[in-house]
Amino acid sequence: MAFNDSDPDDAAGDDPGTGLPGEPGSRARTPLRKSASHGLKIVVVGGFGVGKTTMVGSVSEIRPLSTEEVMTEAGRGIDDHLIASDKSTTTVAFDFGRITLDSKNVLYLFGAPGQERFWYLWDQLFAGSLGAVVLVDTRRLKDSWYAIDRLEHHKVPFVVAVNRFDGVSSQPALNRVREALAVADTIPVVDCDARRRESSKQVLISLVDYLTGLAGPVQPAAAAGLP
Amino acid sequence: MSPRAIDRETPDRLYTVTHGRVLGDEDPFDLVSLIVAEREPTPGMQSEHARILQMCHAPTALVEVSAELELPVSVVKVLLLDLLDIGGITVRHPLPGVTHTDGPTGLQIADHDVLKQVLLGLQRL
Repeated sequence: MAFNDSDPDDAAGDDPGTGLPGEPGSRARTPLRKSASHGLKIVVVGGFGVGKTTMVGSVSEIRPLSTEEVMTEAGRGIDDHLIASDKSTTTVAFDFGRITLDSKNVLYLFGAPGQERFWYLWDQLFAGSLGAVVLVDTRRLKDSWYAIDRLEHHKVPFVVAVNRFDGVSSQPALNRVREALAVADTIPVVDCDARRRESSKQVLISLVDYLTGLAGPVQPAAAAGLP
Repeated sequence: MSPRAIDRETPDRLYTVTHGRVLGDEDPFDLVSLIVAEREPTPGMQSEHARILQMCHAPTALVEVSAELELPVSVVKVLLLDLLDIGGITVRHPLPGVTHTDGPTGLQIADHDVLKQVLLGLQRL
């Protein structure tokens, strides 16, 4: 089966490594600390089968969970259309994982399907997110074009991570990816092996480093709350 | 995989869960808003409400509630609004102003302090 609205992701197919969601019934929730107070978001976006769930799973402290959102053609969450007819609704699944950063901050990583029809979900994922990782497969670069276009539209900063299934890294290849995706020189394009925790962790660190650079130097005036 | 269970639901069940109510323009929740139960479930309470209260003894993100209940995010939001109305839960919202868009690049950028905390947390992984 190639694709359908309710199975947009790559969870079941090519995920030989960590993080494959278990069967229902194997769930054992790991609660957050009582002091947890700030949820933060980073979105991993990319084409079908590129390894989004694998990346989320390799760094997550919990087995990746999956949930769904219902979209209608009008783009509302739920309304009468849902009840009247299921023809006007689309159900979109997305995966997420969790990293407890410290006693207060909890980072949620979302694996988001990169196809056009899921724009309503994207609005929810991107609002207030720290940034995004565009995960690409060099064999299917054009799958990333739409995602990059939308991230730029939403003004969400992102880095590009090339998932090296074969573990081979090469700078010329990264340059070709940058050229093919037409991303600015300032945007990091990095290699990774999404199956490996350390590698996925480094991708997230590259993103945060990039974001820190964008945020610019700490301004004493801003820190003091002056206009 | 567990979410397929939702696909097999009929819209009728979702209608029943929310009593046909819809999420209006009022949507105070983020996907990562942390929900905290403030009371125990009471007898006769709708089962989904009771499960949320049990689940949220420790802070629990909205998406985790959605995944656990196997209900779509927007349906869970309606249930959470009910609990909010009766004081059954409190919500720890994401930091206001965690991102802003007024930088020179026009991009949505988080505050320095937040980024520093995220970096430190990731480095400890």
